[in-house]
Amino acid sequence: MSLLSVFDISGTALQAESIRLNTTSSNLANANSISSSHGGTYRARHPVFAPIFKEFGDQQENVGVKVLGIVESQTPLRREHNPNHPMADEEGFIFLPNVNVVEEMANMISASRAYQTNIEVMNSAKQMLMRTLTIGQ
Amino acid sequence: MPFSFDSYLGVHQPALHLRAKRAQVLASNLANIDTPHYKARDIDFTEALQAASRGQGANTMRATHAMHIKPEQFISGSDLKYRNPYQNSLDGNTVEHQVEMAAFSDNAMRYMASVRFISGKFNTLRTAIKGQ
Repeated sequence: MSLLSVFDISGTALQAESIRLNTTSSNLANANSISSSHGGTYRARHPVFAPIFKEFGDQQENVGVKVLGIVESQTPLRREHNPNHPMADEEGFIFLPNVNVVEEMANMISASRAYQTNIEVMNSAKQMLMRTLTIGQ
Repeated sequence: MPFSFDSYLGVHQPALHLRAKRAQVLASNLANIDTPHYKARDIDFTEALQAASRGQGANTMRATHAMHIKPEQFISGSDLKYRNPYQNSLDGNTVEHQVEMAAFSDNAMRYMASVRFISGKFNTLRTAIKGQ
């Protein structure tokens, strides 16, 4: 039954987009987490999406999306000279996360729009199924 | 006169099947709206319906003996085509939100129409059976 698998497909997308929304909120929450060492500083995290394929004979059929993993951004950390800061290291530097707030906001809007789209798809599929169940009544 | 539901329901039965399948394909496109390098796919509905009506989809098994189990009419990956995007994106994704949503809504409406037609046909039969 193809229509029931629409729920599975859109469900994987909702899951993936909510993970994306979660990482975005984590990035934004830690946008100002100052640290005194290079290694201890928060780095922006982003999920990596990949399509799920199902073998269908000799062909591949797409059945949703999955999150392969969450990678940390390789953008260099911001380093500021601020000797009066309580977190400053012995040379007077503080380290700021490499979170790009503008990029994160754009990501957030994109994720929430994609989430809404998949909800709409599920609603349409539900209507189609409900209508199918009334055949012959 | 022998009565067959297959011929009575006409084109709407394979149409319903293909519409449901197309809904699944379009849902996959929309699920992968943010996946890098994902290529949007779609079914050429007219072509697929003609093949399904003739009972010879690209991968349909042919029954050569009366006792053969009739294979379910299905549409396989070979009937799926890649969509040409109107605008290319940097990450190689060819899913366009507005195009896919329009196609999905259109597909859903046409599915509902086929359901309505089939419903009407069953009501006609019921009227004939009851005779009132």
